[in-house]
Amino acid sequence: MKRVYILGAGATKVGEHWDKSLRELAVEALLSAIKDAGIDKREVEALYVGNMMSGELQGQEHLGSLIATWSGMAGIPAFKVEAACASGGAAVHQAFLAVASGAYDCVAVVGVEKMTDALPSDVTAALLTAEDQEYTVFVGATFVALNAMVYRYYLSKYGVKQEHVAQFAVHCHRMAVANPYAQFRREVKLEDVMSSPLIADPIRLLECAPTGDGAAALVLCDEEYLKRNPRDELVEIAASAAATDIFSVHERKDLSTVASFRRAAECALKRAKVEPERIDVLEAHDAFTILGVLTLEELGFAPRGEGWRLVVEGQLAPGGKIPTNTMGGLKARGHPVGATGVYQVFDLFTQLTERAGSNQVDNAEIGFAGNFGGVAGTTVVHLLKRVR
Amino acid sequence: MVWSESVPRFWRERARKYRLVGGRCRKCNSIVYPHRSVCPHCGAENMEPIELPRRGKVVTFSVVRHPPRGFEGKEPFLVAVIELENGARVLSQLVDVHPEDVKEGMEVVAVFRRYREQAPNGIIEYGIKFRPLK
Ligand SMILES: [Zn+2]
Repeated sequence: MKRVYILGAGATKVGEHWDKSLRELAVEALLSAIKDAGIDKREVEALYVGNMMSGELQGQEHLGSLIATWSGMAGIPAFKVEAACASGGAAVHQAFLAVASGAYDCVAVVGVEKMTDALPSDVTAALLTAEDQEYTVFVGATFVALNAMVYRYYLSKYGVKQEHVAQFAVHCHRMAVANPYAQFRREVKLEDVMSSPLIADPIRLLECAPTGDGAAALVLCDEEYLKRNPRDELVEIAASAAATDIFSVHERKDLSTVASFRRAAECALKRAKVEPERIDVLEAHDAFTILGVLTLEELGFAPRGEGWRLVVEGQLAPGGKIPTNTMGGLKARGHPVGATGVYQVFDLFTQLTERAGSNQVDNAEIGFAGNFGGVAGTTVVHLLKRVR
Repeated sequence: MVWSESVPRFWRERARKYRLVGGRCRKCNSIVYPHRSVCPHCGAENMEPIELPRRGKVVTFSVVRHPPRGFEGKEPFLVAVIELENGARVLSQLVDVHPEDVKEGMEVVAVFRRYREQAPNGIIEYGIKFRPLK
């Protein structure tokens, strides 16, 4: 396999973009990544579009050709990649494989989701397409309720207090204040989180990632291409791995672990020959606070049932034991679903190239991102390394 | 949505949904709900259909306060993972009980109930829910 490098990155702010369409968001992020790469867009040989819900929310599929055309790149191979909330990570994975295999020297990936075109009930229905329509959606379970059942099971099994897990949301909001791309650049108090309305017990509104629009993009290339188009502050994708778990939560042997993440993470760490302790910056898929805490435990940063301690002790901030979601995570940077996996890599790239401003982690060398699809029926992970 | 208003789509699931037909793996002995041809745990292709026991216990649950499509006006309602007497797990609704009275480990029994309607004048979809045993 060839080595794969990030030649450029770009993104839109996450938020309510009333004046911008799905395609405009995608084009903006994509062209900004190509500009950052310092290359001509005609050099890009293939395009991967990460998106989950355009069919449901815009009635629009066939995004590959659409985005390629609106970016002035019609002609190249271009495809939409879908894996529920892991669509963005899956698109990066496909782009990585395309370069690593030697099939292409230079490719682009853009993750995009436009959620505010639809009514909240339509967004709920669209998110539920990630779950089993016949046996999960049929009984009236929502996506939040499924995660809530995992959350309740975890709290009972380990005797953990909800406010300790909910603190994860407080951390993310604090980190987002300094991120110009974040949807919510303001702090929240734990009391606000714990008194926000219940969505599906025990999950409260401020424990859930918000609805928003956004697009993030990357340009990836191999070593020879890089030599012809050098850039300072270089980052390598040292590993890209994915795994699945048994589709429905109730069919899994254990409700309180994230098997697909563990499997993908072990694979990526092994390929990159990196121990988890060497991770300098972590991007956790905190669609709900509990998933952030489970991510810490799966990587071994805390024993089972004790991941919350890292949150409460402030170990997730820059300078802490494991700086996590330093740009706000899903909770506060935002979670435009099919774009999230690309935003995670974008945020790690920001850290590893020392562009993170007041949230900068000193001497950040290794970044790690875990992107969950559904209730982690799919996980895609990326391990990034700064090259000096 | 078009896909939610298909009569054959519901009809072909009727045994699994009305009679709680699960599958037992002849190789690894896993029992899953619903029945299917391939075991999700070991990959063996020799599952046999079995009617699952009607009694079980609540493993975990949630209260849906923002209902999905087809359940508008029913909120708040309870969804739960139920472990049946033979170890099979089912995702279902809990009925005839207030959310504050539900406990993990609570014993429940299957009942036949209405789930949702396929659009006005469409077919009514029935299935199994669970209520407290006592
Ligand atoms: Zn089996």
